[in-house]
Amino acid sequence: MDLLVNPTESSLLRFTTAGSVDDGKSTLIGRLLYDSKSIFEDQLLAVEESSKRRGDAHVNLALLTDGLRAEREQGITIDVAYRYFATPKRKFIIADTPGHIQYTRNMVTGASTADLAIILIDARLGVIEQTMRHTYLASLLRIGHIVLAVNKMDLVNFDQAVYDKIVGDFQAFAKGLDNLPQVTPIPMSALNGDNVVDKSASTPWYTGPSLLQHLETVQVHSETAADEARFAVQWVIRPISDRKDAKLGNLHDYRGFAGRMASGTFRMGDEVLVYPSAMKSKITGIHTYEGPQPEAIPQLSYSITVADEIDTSRGGMIVKANEPAQTSQEFDAMICWFSDKKILKPRGRFHLRHTTNDVRAIVTDVLYKVNISTLEKTVESKEFHLNDIGCIRIRCASPIFFDPYSKNRTTGSFVLVDEQTNNTVAAGMIQRSVGGDDFEDPGSAI
Amino acid sequence: MSAITHLQFLESEAIYILRETAAQFQKPALLFSGGKDSIVMAWLARKAFYPSKLPFPLLHVDTGHNFPEAMEYRDWFVQEIGANLTVGLVQKSIDDGRVQEEKGHNASRNKLQTVTLLDTIEEHQYDACLGGGRRDEEKARAKERFFSHRDEFGQWDPKNQRPELWNIFNGRKHFGEHFRVFPLSNWTEMDIWQYIRQENIPLPSLYFSHQRKIIERHGQLLDASTGIIPLLDEEKPKVKEMTIRFRTVGDATCTGAVESTASTIDEIVAEVAAARQTERGTRADDKRSETAMEDRKKEGYF
Ligand SMILES: Nc1nc2c(ncn2[C@@H]2O[C@H](COP(=O)(O)OP(=O)(O)OP(=O)(O)O)[C@@H](O)[C@H]2O)c(=O)[nH]1
Ligand SMILES: [Mg+2]
Repeated sequence: MDLLVNPTESSLLRFTTAGSVDDGKSTLIGRLLYDSKSIFEDQLLAVEESSKRRGDAHVNLALLTDGLRAEREQGITIDVAYRYFATPKRKFIIADTPGHIQYTRNMVTGASTADLAIILIDARLGVIEQTMRHTYLASLLRIGHIVLAVNKMDLVNFDQAVYDKIVGDFQAFAKGLDNLPQVTPIPMSALNGDNVVDKSASTPWYTGPSLLQHLETVQVHSETAADEARFAVQWVIRPISDRKDAKLGNLHDYRGFAGRMASGTFRMGDEVLVYPSAMKSKITGIHTYEGPQPEAIPQLSYSITVADEIDTSRGGMIVKANEPAQTSQEFDAMICWFSDKKILKPRGRFHLRHTTNDVRAIVTDVLYKVNISTLEKTVESKEFHLNDIGCIRIRCASPIFFDPYSKNRTTGSFVLVDEQTNNTVAAGMIQRSVGGDDFEDPGSAI
Repeated sequence: MSAITHLQFLESEAIYILRETAAQFQKPALLFSGGKDSIVMAWLARKAFYPSKLPFPLLHVDTGHNFPEAMEYRDWFVQEIGANLTVGLVQKSIDDGRVQEEKGHNASRNKLQTVTLLDTIEEHQYDACLGGGRRDEEKARAKERFFSHRDEFGQWDPKNQRPELWNIFNGRKHFGEHFRVFPLSNWTEMDIWQYIRQENIPLPSLYFSHQRKIIERHGQLLDASTGIIPLLDEEKPKVKEMTIRFRTVGDATCTGAVESTASTIDEIVAEVAAARQTERGTRADDKRSETAMEDRKKEGYF
């Protein structure tokens, strides 16, 4: 059940799990839901019954999130599962992702909207390649907070020396990352619930918080009102009617740009630039169904009107006049390649989807690929196969309006779509424009 | 996410998805059952396009097994928000020989709906159907994307879903394929109720406590007052007058009631907070097997 949170002041934390296959991610989420009393009786009964049928030695809490037939048959997670729970302090949206390398794209999917990642390690195995891959991906996606869950401590007698060594190894690796996230290590047994919701008596040497205590109190950064204002146009609202609306007056000339504030704030009268033309105008209306609003704030949806008859529609963007976005047809970006059927290489053509834009694009060069275990850039091959990560240069058929991903997760991200199958085949994070302004991204991913 | 509340976040996310749907597809429709989730979704659609009218119709797949209160509400609501309504009739699919009615006293038209839905989609050439499904409802739903791709047979391929990153939703498709879109994916049952309370959204009376003739069958409390569910002779003496309400409102043959005295939204919110069973725990259609929902979805169910 969903605990009563006060709907007027509760904050929301989105987090994801990561780590290698069988490290205990799904079990941990099951344990977190179970111990925080977020599981319903009929759900638990169903899990108990399936565990029994399968001959599991104990109730398999991973079955709470591993919901697909294929996952239950194989005992692994294939696709990301979203779960929800609340405590009196906070609401949580969890993305439980697969550890299997073949399904890395689903891990990236879950991580792309997370503020925090729980990276699990099997205490018997320590830091392995998949731990490094997922940590690297989390930092590339700019997840600012990592919980290092050293799991299965019950299988190493809750030995502090084992824990300390793993934490040391992990930190040595993480130092090599450019966007070093804040790391909070916690020794755990997901199976038995040690340090998940309550502090465990088996780890008297551990003085930090339990996982849930940490999740309830951690402060994460997300888009703030102080960031540069970015509003991508999704749709133009044109009632085409002479009706008089109670809140907005005569609708004959109404032309509102519908979209969501990605970051920053607009107030009535603000001077703005409206892309694609980058023409100057002024904000004359900030509307919701509730009527005119004094300001537009991050993450909320609005219909915005401007003073002049400016030509923009889906794919356009409104920004503050003194905070222009970058405009360029060609840029460098880090990408994760998702396709097991196709290969990305120079001259490859795609549909590029960025904010509400959809433009044709061509890969003009492959700059380097990243060796996950050493974090080194390699230039031996210009081909991307499934799960490869690296930096490409890409040119679009028309300019897009963006920020580097390091400044803005919404206006700095894109996906590539295969022209034949229409599948999403890559996730991209823009680093810098080519040819355009001489902007250098100081915190580029590597 | 400090400045805004979780309900503001969920509302804005749903509006974003609704606008993406209108913008990316030629001919979307909003699946409207008269249940609380589709009511909230239609409510949000009105907000998303205000001051314009909804740029798509509401589509009701009508099993013919309706509570009269739900139908009355449907017609009132459609008028209230100024929407157009399209109806797909399961009875017509039966009359046309497209499907065969299930036999026996446990017969349900729930499964038949899929055929009617797919036929209606084809007849009207809808290329996206907005559904009120939530990921917290069921473990297969927990895996589904906001933009859920369906092949030309309406089938879902859970092992091969498109990665869905950040706020970028890929609605590209080939001719004949279509999408199901779920703007309420991230809402929980509690979020829905808290939102209904915040927005003061009128609901069908079925959701509130009332007296009703009930027959208990396989641990479920089923309606015995409308005559929609045929009773066995030995069941007839067991029909009881009870104080109940419905947690979900769908096809009457598979919607179970719960004993409840909650007659206001506040009382319902308190009841939902204390509930020990999921709302789908009252639905017979999910109990048919462990992966019943996934199997139905693969065939093209909502
Ligand atoms: N002894 C012990 N076993 C555990 C612990 N946590 C998980 N396990 C077991 O490890 C196995 C794998 O657990 P899962 O939760 O499915 O692992 P996962 O990380 O979700 O795996 P994928 O999602 O497939 O990557 C199961 O048999 C669990 O019961 C733990 O703390 N101690
Ligand atoms: Mg798992």
